[in-house]
Amino acid sequence: MSIPEKEKEIIEEFSFFGDDWESKYEHLIGLGKSLPELNPRLKTDDKLIKGCQSRVWLHSEITGGKVKYAADSDAAIPKGIVALMIRVLSDQSPDEIVNAPLHFIDQIGLKEHLSPTRANGLVSMVKQMKLDALALKAIN
Amino acid sequence: MITDQNTPAQKLEKIRSDFPALSVKVNGKPLVYFDSGATAQKPRPVIEAITDFYASKNANIHRGVHTLSQEATTLYENARAVIMQHLNAAQPEEIIFTAGTTAAINMVASCIGKMNFEPGDEVLVSEMEHHSNILPWQLLCEEKKGKLRVIPVTANGELDLSELDNLLGPKTRIVSVVHVSNTLGTLNPVEKIISAAHKKNIPVLIDGAQAIPHMKVDVKKLGADFYCFSGHKVYGPTGIGVLYIDGKMIEKIPNYQVGGGTIKTVSFEKTDYAESPLRFEAGTPNISGAIGLAEAISYINDIGWDTLEEMESGLMTYALHRLDRIEGLEIFGSPKNRAGVISFNLKNAHPYDVGMILDKQGIAVRTGHHCTQPLLSKFGLSGTVRVSLSFYNTPGEIDLLISGLEKAKKMLE
Repeated sequence: MSIPEKEKEIIEEFSFFGDDWESKYEHLIGLGKSLPELNPRLKTDDKLIKGCQSRVWLHSEITGGKVKYAADSDAAIPKGIVALMIRVLSDQSPDEIVNAPLHFIDQIGLKEHLSPTRANGLVSMVKQMKLDALALKAIN
Repeated sequence: MITDQNTPAQKLEKIRSDFPALSVKVNGKPLVYFDSGATAQKPRPVIEAITDFYASKNANIHRGVHTLSQEATTLYENARAVIMQHLNAAQPEEIIFTAGTTAAINMVASCIGKMNFEPGDEVLVSEMEHHSNILPWQLLCEEKKGKLRVIPVTANGELDLSELDNLLGPKTRIVSVVHVSNTLGTLNPVEKIISAAHKKNIPVLIDGAQAIPHMKVDVKKLGADFYCFSGHKVYGPTGIGVLYIDGKMIEKIPNYQVGGGTIKTVSFEKTDYAESPLRFEAGTPNISGAIGLAEAISYINDIGWDTLEEMESGLMTYALHRLDRIEGLEIFGSPKNRAGVISFNLKNAHPYDVGMILDKQGIAVRTGHHCTQPLLSKFGLSGTVRVSLSFYNTPGEIDLLISGLEKAKKMLE
């Protein structure tokens, strides 16, 4: 599936909740919980995306021209967002990742978590995923 | 008009109706505002005073001969007089308008640095300081090869003053401590610290940012050499604050920022500076801010500081009582005297998640390190949820907080 197709899938999945923030957040937290565990050896400071409040570790590698991401967070809601990002961006080519506009977060009503004023490092996370993709493209 | 005939509930309702922001909705729910420690909401008289100044009284102050300028000057200087009376300062010269607490501490640190600060000289702060009362001193110590020394905090979140006498050494140039902790709510016995420091002729600065909104402070009774606070935390506007300097100290303080307004005469060879407070207020000051701040103080004066304290102490007792009964909730610090804030965490829940889930329910709290990272490190924490209480909060809002926290607990378990 391409990035836009995955985004479309997530938007449809979340449209089911409508204005029910509670179910939406429960689903998001659930997605975070089901994120494959990040190898503890990879939870080092250099993998840490520095945000003001929650901590997010991001590991990126490339195989067969596709970037694979793994991540973890010490907070449940950011971890859910991270899980969504990985679902959309993992297994894509660096070019597709770098050029993805990523409108879906806005459309599923979670934009507040990506607003720079939240100071939670999630904006930096998206940026880091794209930077990693660029770096991996260069060494690939 | 609040009278003694009003029931407490009627009084509270009247007070709340004075604060337009308290009736806004967030996320479709009535706002429950527990973040007054970050900034307090503003009562209508403050908003109107600011609007009125710009609408019909706006002029630059101090040097205009025209009527509007003289009226603006009068308003600005009257504002200073209101602050002076409120703090029980002795003269207007002791009240300097700054941009806020941070600006005031930076000013004092910079000035102390220019007063024969030698390598090896020391500054004494405490472990519970806000970064704004650490960094200006740390910078000074880095620049002048001085040493920052620290009064430790006990496990229950109070200052450990057992070693105070040893910490106040021959090289101590100033003590700078917080009156009320913005993270734990601890009300510190600053008068003890001041009197111990004064026995050794060491001046003391008190960071009153979190004390001024919750109690009437008498600077002369405390004996502080410097006392500072921010307007916006005491129901006034942002960008205005106060630095009180004891009259005996003013002459010793060198110039800080200089420019328009700070002088008597200027020539390229020699400038003759004005007296305090003008000497310390370079450039056009925050005129409407000062007027708004004075209006805020007058507003509380009308309600009565005793009434405010009584209302807040009742809320604090009730909030502690209810929070204490949530299983898995840990409150940080158990000081004997507390004002304004309660910091806590839910077991196995990140404060960010708790804050977000409360926000979805219209409840505004603060989460994170509250600009007190050294204090949180001491407790092995990277963040907490902080609830700030103001006299305009209600017991019903505390009930909403409790059910909001129960929901967060359920969602995050």
